[in-house]
Amino acid sequence: MAQSLREALDSGKFVITSEIGPPKGTNIAKMLHHIDLLKDKVDALNVTDHQSSVMRFPSIGGCLAIKERGGEPILQMTCRDRNRLALQSELLFACTRGIRNILCLTGDAVPVGDHKEARGVFDLDSSQLLHTIRLMESGKDLGGNDLDGVVEFCTGAIVTPEAKPLEPQLAKFEKKVEAGAEFFQTQAIYDLENFARFMEFARQFRVKVLAGVILLVSARMAKYMNENVPGVLVPQNLIDELAGAPKGEALTRGIEIAGRMIAALKKDSICDGVHVMAIGREEVVPDILAAAGL
Amino acid sequence: MKSITKSKPFDEIKECLERFDRIFVIGCGTCATMTRTGGIEEVADTIGRLQEWGKIVTGSTVIATACDEMTGAATAENSQAIRDANCILVMSCALGVQKTAQYIDQPVIPALDTLFMGIEESLGIFLEACDQCGQCVLGETAGICPITACHKGLINGPCGGTDNGKCEVDKERDCAWTLIYQLLEKQGRLDLMKKYHPPKNFQVAPRPRVIKI
Repeated sequence: MAQSLREALDSGKFVITSEIGPPKGTNIAKMLHHIDLLKDKVDALNVTDHQSSVMRFPSIGGCLAIKERGGEPILQMTCRDRNRLALQSELLFACTRGIRNILCLTGDAVPVGDHKEARGVFDLDSSQLLHTIRLMESGKDLGGNDLDGVVEFCTGAIVTPEAKPLEPQLAKFEKKVEAGAEFFQTQAIYDLENFARFMEFARQFRVKVLAGVILLVSARMAKYMNENVPGVLVPQNLIDELAGAPKGEALTRGIEIAGRMIAALKKDSICDGVHVMAIGREEVVPDILAAAGL
Repeated sequence: MKSITKSKPFDEIKECLERFDRIFVIGCGTCATMTRTGGIEEVADTIGRLQEWGKIVTGSTVIATACDEMTGAATAENSQAIRDANCILVMSCALGVQKTAQYIDQPVIPALDTLFMGIEESLGIFLEACDQCGQCVLGETAGICPITACHKGLINGPCGGTDNGKCEVDKERDCAWTLIYQLLEKQGRLDLMKKYHPPKNFQVAPRPRVIKI
C-alpha cells in the first residue's frame, strides 16, 4: 500500500502531488494511463471535481481507480454541486473505500462552465466543509446525530498567493487553518520572490504548503492565463523565454521552466512540496520531475 | 424595496393568450411603473399590440399598488369589463399576479418575469439587495450583503475566483468580499473577517413562508 499523504507530509520530505482530470464520457482509458504513469512518481494524486464547472466523470470514480492501482488519491470536493447531505454521504463512502485525503474547495461558479443554466448549490463553503470533516471525525453529523462509525481524513485546502488584493485571501487562509486544513495546495505561482513573501506569512501556522506549478506550454498560454485566470501572474521574463524557444520546442522550454522552479523551491526549502498541474499534458509530468532533478 | 421585473418576450405572451380572444389588461402604478414594465405607457403599448394581433381588449386599469387590497377595489370597479373578458393579462410582478388571481375567476396570465427584490442604485439601474434569507449578517459585513452581492452567496470570505477586486463570473462586477474587507478595514473591524460562520439555516421559515403578526 502506498505511503499515506499525511505520512509523507509529516516525514519532512519534499512532497510531490499532481492531478488527474477525468474524462467527459465513459472512456476512461486515457485517465487510467495517466494514473499508471504517475502513481509511483508522486506522493499523491488529486482528481478534479468537475473542474471549471465542466461536467465530467466524478472525482470519486477517479480516486477509486487510483486506489485500485496502488496509488494515493486526494479526493477534490467542491460545494457547488451537492448540499450538506450529499457531501457528508460521499465522505462516508470515500472513507469506507480507503480514500484518506480530501481537498476542500468552494468550487468555481456555475456560469464559467458548460452547464450555464444549472443551479449552484453552495449549501456549504470550503471552510464549512473542513469543519464538517472534523465534526464527522468526532462522531457527529451536521444534523447533530451520532455516526455509526466515524471518518478519518487528511484535509487540505487551496490558497491563491498572487491574488489581488491578497489580504482578504489571507484572512480566508487563516479561517481554513482554523477549520482544520492540514495542507494547502496553492494556485499556480511563477514569481518565487512573491511566493517566498507569502510563505513568510504561511509559516506562522502549522500547515504544510505545496506550491502550485502549472506547466506552461506556450507564450500564448502564459498570456492567456495572465488575462483570464484569477490570481495567476506569469512574469514577462518567462513569457519571453517561451516566446524565444525555437519552433516546436515551447513545450520542452515549459518543462524546463517548471523543473527549474521546482528545483529552486526545494533547494531553498521555500515550501513543503509542490503540486504539479499539467492540464491535459499529464504524460509529461515525469519529464518535469526529471528536469527538477527529482 | 422594489419588485424588479422584465417584460416577457411578446411571443411567449402570445403563446399563453392563443386560446383567448377577449382580454382585460392590468398594470401596476408602483414597482412595474418604476421599472417601465407595467405602467400607463406600457399598458397602452401592450393593448395596441394585442389589438394589432386581432384580440379584443375589453378594458384595462393601472392599479396604484397591485399587490395589496387595492386590487380588490380595482377589480370591483371594472367588473363589467372583466366579466366581458375570458382572460386577464397582468403587467405587474408576481405578487400582483397572485393578488389578482385571488379576486378574479378567469385565467390570469403574467406579462412580466419577476427577477428580484432590489433597490434603485442610480437612475434606471436596479440592484438585488436582499435575498430575504431570514438571518441578516449585515452587521458583520459592513452593510454589504454577501448572500446577494457575492455570486455564490458565501458567508465566510472570498472564493479563489476573485481577481483585482472583481468577480469571476463578470469582470465588471465588484467582488463583494473585497468590498467588505476594505470597509471593515476602514471601520477597524478586520477581526470579523476571521469569524467563522457555521452553515446557514435554510429553514428559518420553511417554505411556503408564512408569518402571523
